[in-house]
Amino acid sequence: MKASSRKRVAKEIVIDDQFCKGCNLCIEVCPRKVFAKSGKRNRSGYSMPQAADMGKCSACFLCEMTCPDLAITIIEENP
Amino acid sequence: MHPLANKYIRKRTLPLIFCPGCGDGTVLNVFLRAVDDLGIFKELALVGGIGCSGWLPTYLQSDILHVLHGRAIPFACGLKLTDPRRKVVVFTGDGDCVGIGGNHFIHAARRNIDLTVIMINNGIYGMTGGQVAPTTPLQGRTQTSPYGNLEPPFDVCDLARSAGATYVARWTAAHPVQLLKTIKEGIEHPGFTFIEVMAQCPTQAGRYIEGTSNAGELLNLLKKRSVSQEKAKETPPEEMTGKFVVGKLHHLTGKKEFSQAIYESFLPEKSR
Amino acid sequence: METLVIHGNEACARGAIAAGCRFFAGYPITPASEITEVMSRLLPRTRGVFLQMEDEIASICAILGAAWGGAKTCTATSGPGFTLMQEGIGWAAETDTPVVVIDVMRGGPATGQPTSSSQQDVMQAKYGSHGDYEVIVLVPSSAQEAFDLTVKAFNLAEVFRNPVILLTDEIVGHTREKVRIPEKVEIVERRKPATNPADYVPFRSAAKGLLDGMPAFNQGYGILVDGQLHDEFGGRAGHKPEVSAAMVERICRKITDHADELADVEEWMLEDAEIAFIAFGSPARPALRAAKDARTQGIKAGFLKLRVLWPFPDKIIARVARQARRVIVPEMNMGKVFREVKRVVAGNAEVISLPKLGGEVHTPAEILRSMFSDQ
Repeated sequence: MKASSRKRVAKEIVIDDQFCKGCNLCIEVCPRKVFAKSGKRNRSGYSMPQAADMGKCSACFLCEMTCPDLAITIIEENP
Repeated sequence: MHPLANKYIRKRTLPLIFCPGCGDGTVLNVFLRAVDDLGIFKELALVGGIGCSGWLPTYLQSDILHVLHGRAIPFACGLKLTDPRRKVVVFTGDGDCVGIGGNHFIHAARRNIDLTVIMINNGIYGMTGGQVAPTTPLQGRTQTSPYGNLEPPFDVCDLARSAGATYVARWTAAHPVQLLKTIKEGIEHPGFTFIEVMAQCPTQAGRYIEGTSNAGELLNLLKKRSVSQEKAKETPPEEMTGKFVVGKLHHLTGKKEFSQAIYESFLPEKSR
Repeated sequence: METLVIHGNEACARGAIAAGCRFFAGYPITPASEITEVMSRLLPRTRGVFLQMEDEIASICAILGAAWGGAKTCTATSGPGFTLMQEGIGWAAETDTPVVVIDVMRGGPATGQPTSSSQQDVMQAKYGSHGDYEVIVLVPSSAQEAFDLTVKAFNLAEVFRNPVILLTDEIVGHTREKVRIPEKVEIVERRKPATNPADYVPFRSAAKGLLDGMPAFNQGYGILVDGQLHDEFGGRAGHKPEVSAAMVERICRKITDHADELADVEEWMLEDAEIAFIAFGSPARPALRAAKDARTQGIKAGFLKLRVLWPFPDKIIARVARQARRVIVPEMNMGKVFREVKRVVAGNAEVISLPKLGGEVHTPAEILRSMFSDQ
């Protein structure tokens, strides 16, 4: 992640259901409330979050950096 | 899988051993970015102590020593001094670093040997089930302080600084952006770098000391308890109870780095 | 060839340097401090790193880290420090790390007799750390052997990728004698694995149960060295009973399977001996004297000196016992190696313990007298 003055835009937030442990830190740290519980469980039985409202996302990358399981990847619009 | 995980993590060791919501995972996340940004993967030599935080380096594809409880720092000294070009990073917990490891910690700081020690502080001995630690807050209830901890905790950054560390910083798992910058600076700093990361422990400290295992709530508690250096200057001591100062707390250049001192002290071979 | 008059401690230090030791971390302790002092003078002239660490635990850990950093390494201590180092020695055995640990035995237990000799650590040298593991233990009886066996210790550490203990004692350490240092000393060089990094399986036995070379950090191997029981790749395996068992068996058999070739003894007139003295370290010298005196008196005495104590030379001892009808074991402890000899002899001969405590070594007369005692 490089410091840049270019405005970054998130096209998609991918949550890897193989590694997510449903800790919901992404829901907690997102300053724009993009995340919400999905109501679905992954193969390990964890209740997973989802990026419910991409429109609000400001591409701050806090979710991606905080995720303790490296399960979140932000796909950028123009990387 | 995140591209950084794909690039640096040992796939056969996944999934990560950390409990859901553990601050250790965030530190690993940030550390991978630091390694990638600095481009130092080939020079990395990692050492992990015993405890949850000690597992952190074992997930990377670099060369790693997973050593004895409290002894990560002397192992790291051996690695550093056999080739000072190495970037030696130690991952340790509060018990590992200043409980059993206290003596090695203060002497390595005194020597100002170029190591980066990242101590992840959850205020408890987590791996063994949640016993009291040298960093547990007063009154904290744990498995070995069931009526409340009677021992005042260390201010480990203070200890590091007085022992001679030349780069001292503290952040929390709620400050990944700042932590990334600090880790990069700390690794580049030619001297003893100590970075304390206050981290949430949902399973042990969360349940026993804070009364919740909700990672988000615990993270918010860390944020609330963090006080910037500027703010701390204006805050009376009574209001600082239960809080801690975050930021780059101490940065000294010009003190001789130890491995350099050793290598400069070599003498010509004596003829018999 | 260089001839020096030096004590055993200095001989150990010079042997280490000759063997290629370029990293030493130690802590002062009587009667071993001279080793640390001599290393502090010699190492900087070889571009080797000398450290006096904050304690013995830091010392053993620093040399273990340095071994993985690529150096031949060593530390030196005595009883109390040796006790502190046991966790590190166990870690070294568990991780196949080559290091040499010198223990200059003194009177124990606890603070004991710092300035007097003993052989009380003989079992601790083998069984000091928790868990199942093996070490090789060498026991010099003179300053020359202190030099020679220290070199051998380093070579064995390299071949077997294991901690090797050089178990000397205060008398050997502090007695000044002639030591001949050859121009060229035969050493086993640190060898990188023959396999390239992409295919290298770090903890898989290669030929004869030994490992393929010793990688160092930052050579591209990406090696995970873990004190927890692990699989061949270094990955955690404590939760897998078969893998855990296999790993412990491998590190033990790595040494025990080579017990016969590791045996190193000196024999004197054992072919027709009726009474055999089996000794090691300082008592070996009065024991040989006693055997020679016995012969002049017409007694068929023989002498066996152990230079490698562990693995115990079962086959050789058994052979001696088939010839001799009485075996005498003088040692400066309560009678520890005596029990090993008795185990091996298994009733084929009478085994007599000749313990001596207090710090002084047996006199030849004492050992001679023991031939006639009824135990």
